[in-house]
Amino acid sequence: MQDNPSKWVAGHVASLPKSGIRDFFELVAKMKGQDVISLGVGEPDFTTPWHIREAAIYALEKGRTYYTSNLGTPELRKEISRYVTNEFGVDYRPDDQIIVTVGVSEGLDLAFRAFLNPGDKVMYHQPCYVSYHPSIALAHGEGIPVPTYAKDNFALTAEALEEAWQPGAKVLMLNLPCNPTGGTCSREQLEKIAAFARAKDLLVLSDEIYSELTFEGEHISIAALPGMAERTIFLHGFSKAFAMTGWRIGYACGPAPLVDAMMKVHQYSMMCASIIAQDAAVEALRNGADGVAHMREQYHRRRDLVIRRFNEMGLTCHSPRGSFYAFPNVAGVGMTEGEFSVGLLEKEKVAVVPGTAFGPGGRNHVRACFATGYEDLITACDRMERFIGQTGKS
Amino acid sequence: MNPVLKLLLEGGHLTTAQMAQVAGLAEAEVEQHMAQLKKDKIFLGWRPVLDLSREAAAEAAVEALIEVRITPERDGGFNRLAERISRFDEVHTCMLVSGGYDLLVIVRGSSLQKVAFFVSEKLSTIEGVLSTATHFLLRYYKDQGFLLSNDESPSQRLNVAP
Repeated sequence: MQDNPSKWVAGHVASLPKSGIRDFFELVAKMKGQDVISLGVGEPDFTTPWHIREAAIYALEKGRTYYTSNLGTPELRKEISRYVTNEFGVDYRPDDQIIVTVGVSEGLDLAFRAFLNPGDKVMYHQPCYVSYHPSIALAHGEGIPVPTYAKDNFALTAEALEEAWQPGAKVLMLNLPCNPTGGTCSREQLEKIAAFARAKDLLVLSDEIYSELTFEGEHISIAALPGMAERTIFLHGFSKAFAMTGWRIGYACGPAPLVDAMMKVHQYSMMCASIIAQDAAVEALRNGADGVAHMREQYHRRRDLVIRRFNEMGLTCHSPRGSFYAFPNVAGVGMTEGEFSVGLLEKEKVAVVPGTAFGPGGRNHVRACFATGYEDLITACDRMERFIGQTGKS
Repeated sequence: MNPVLKLLLEGGHLTTAQMAQVAGLAEAEVEQHMAQLKKDKIFLGWRPVLDLSREAAAEAAVEALIEVRITPERDGGFNRLAERISRFDEVHTCMLVSGGYDLLVIVRGSSLQKVAFFVSEKLSTIEGVLSTATHFLLRYYKDQGFLLSNDESPSQRLNVAP
């Protein structure tokens, strides 16, 4: 073959950088069978509660194997409406303000494709989930990263937004509590962000997938603040709170014309989310509260454990108010995030993800997921402490 | 609630040192809580959870559930007889239940014959025991929170994920 097949790859796809997390994944994959404890995961260690799995089996037994409405089954949208009103204090009509998606990831992709004209700018806080910037680029938008800082416990501030703002900014993307930093915003901070969004006439996309895993105080959705529901797409799903990552099921709520635009993209690309996952999601919302509370309690205790141990061993780390991620600074022990992650993996067989996989703002930090059983967490901390003792420079 | 009791109820196997880390206590405090639980006769001891239906353990023991009807007594109800039955070494568990019979007794013996002998010669001949119905245990599917045929692996997660 003379020609290079790569010539057929679209320019904006070819120019996408490879996910930083991918390299590290390869490195860990090479150590298969070597007793690696991974704190590099991004999902719960709990299997989906049985009553939810059982609902999916029941759906199959009943022959529920068909397409659903593009927006999702009426039962699920009704349950979502009830749940979002009760948990977040925002009312959405099941008929035209809610769309069921294939995870929040699809919801986000739909939103970017539905709302961005080529060159439109999206402000997003960073360090952040790895797909935000690529998803914006794939929708021909332009990302404006807004830094968050360790000194603020990685909360997004209105000052940082003001400073980063550029003409042409159309969308503000939020993820609170945040993967990877565990950053959250207080009501006051969120009100300032809302005022900024209103002042700059921004559409807000709020990915609140970790909201149920808030350990102290209540989670506040920006959509619930005065004057915000009409300019906010509330994105949520079942992966984290209900331990349903592999089901790929989420939803988006917002003003009817915006949900309708997202539905257009969804109907021509995805058609609908899996009916089996939708039936399971109904069961999760109806009867899953106890399971969520149990898992939250476990994460809470694990968080306290790892944060205490990290700080004792010389890693500066704020206590995340939400999510299941700790984001310690490793500079204090004399290493970069890359040296720390690779060294810890090779010498002590513990995997953490270098913070720069989540953007340049993650420099000097690593992400450690504490969604792992106590015994492994304690062993991982012991190994980490030994690694710092032998390798670190304080 | 006593924080150590809370951890024990979750059924995980943690050492004193691990319990201390999980509960955010000093090891000495965990030991104090344990001592209190023992003093209050809440914590009585450890027992392993064993799946005796596995082939390698096939010879280990035979178990039977026995429904026992007894005559309640003035000033004591079922207690005296229940406690008397409980004292036999063959009796693994004895509980008072509502419904068609009074006591549910789990008997463990090294052979079917031994269990049968115990029921017919010892248990059913106690004065006050009205009747017994013996069910030999064929197979456990779940015991004390453990699924015995559980082939779910907790290690199916990707090692690194965004």
